Amino acid sequence: MNIAVGVDDVHEGELVNTSEAGPAPKRIVVSYGFWIFLLSDIVMFSALFAGYAALARATAGGPTGSQLFNQQTVAMETAFLLLSSYSCGLMSLAINSRGYFGTFLGAGVTFLLGAAFLSLELREFATMIAIGATPQRSAFLSAFFTLVGCHGLHVAVGLSWLVLMMIQLAMRGFSPVVERRLHCFSLFWHALDIIWVLIFTVVYLMGVVP
Amino acid sequence: MTETRWDVAPGDRPGISVSEQGTFSGFFVYTIGLLLAVILTITSFWVANTSVLWTPGVPAGLVVLAIAQMGVHLVFFLHITTGPDNTNNILALAFGVLIVLLVLGGSIVIMANLNENMAAHTEPMNLQMQH
Repeated sequence: MNIAVGVDDVHEGELVNTSEAGPAPKRIVVSYGFWIFLLSDIVMFSALFAGYAALARATAGGPTGSQLFNQQTVAMETAFLLLSSYSCGLMSLAINSRGYFGTFLGAGVTFLLGAAFLSLELREFATMIAIGATPQRSAFLSAFFTLVGCHGLHVAVGLSWLVLMMIQLAMRGFSPVVERRLHCFSLFWHALDIIWVLIFTVVYLMGVVP
Repeated sequence: MTETRWDVAPGDRPGISVSEQGTFSGFFVYTIGLLLAVILTITSFWVANTSVLWTPGVPAGLVVLAIAQMGVHLVFFLHITTGPDNTNNILALAFGVLIVLLVLGGSIVIMANLNENMAAHTEPMNLQMQH
């Protein structure tokens, strides 16, 4: 008897074991699944990065990176994306405290900054294509457009996702489903910013360094 | 009162319940992250454009700065920690990083090696062309 009481006492003070606690709440399961998706997305980007690194010097007599890249544009793009990541973080704070105004404000700022990033990038692509630096010109440009274009595509998908989430939030309020989706969106947006850090370093800054 | 020991969801700050995350300390964490990221970004652009530094060391310095900034984003924006309630998240991240390093490192080493061998073959061909 005494022994049994002692064992019970030990268990009383400790945290419940995971297997005894049962399945985790859906918020944790969903976020974890999305986290694994994001990591697989990053693995895909690493293949594109490897392709770019192998082909960066294969310009086939065409324009090189240092002739094409405008550092001012890149600095502005970086600033827009970093600030949108920050405002997305503030939006998730507002979501956790269930503030409608803060959430819509954060989402609006995030959307505008993301759209500014995307429009700068599209303008950069357009000027490059206008002077003949198309993806068909050289292996370097093929790899460049694949890598940076894939990131831009992700940003575009993220922007439309954000619009959809704002519509859902307006229609359904802070239901658990909407909250989970918004949480996944903020994970997605932060991951895009992490990938952009590598892009502006490897593609733009190293492309300018002789 | 027993507390369960589930891992924290990725993106949530550990040790705090979801409803209490939207407090001033959360704002503080994001702001510190933003400031660090801005400092690292400005340093990256400065390193790429300055002539003060030893040029062959610049790419390595840029890579170090980029890795540091990715770490800042992971810690301050995604709230990844080394705490016991983050084990699953860290393990998944570590596996992802392993695959990324294998893909990147393997491709770059193999392609550089191949390039070197190809260059050795093209040189005699060029000489023949000159005859």
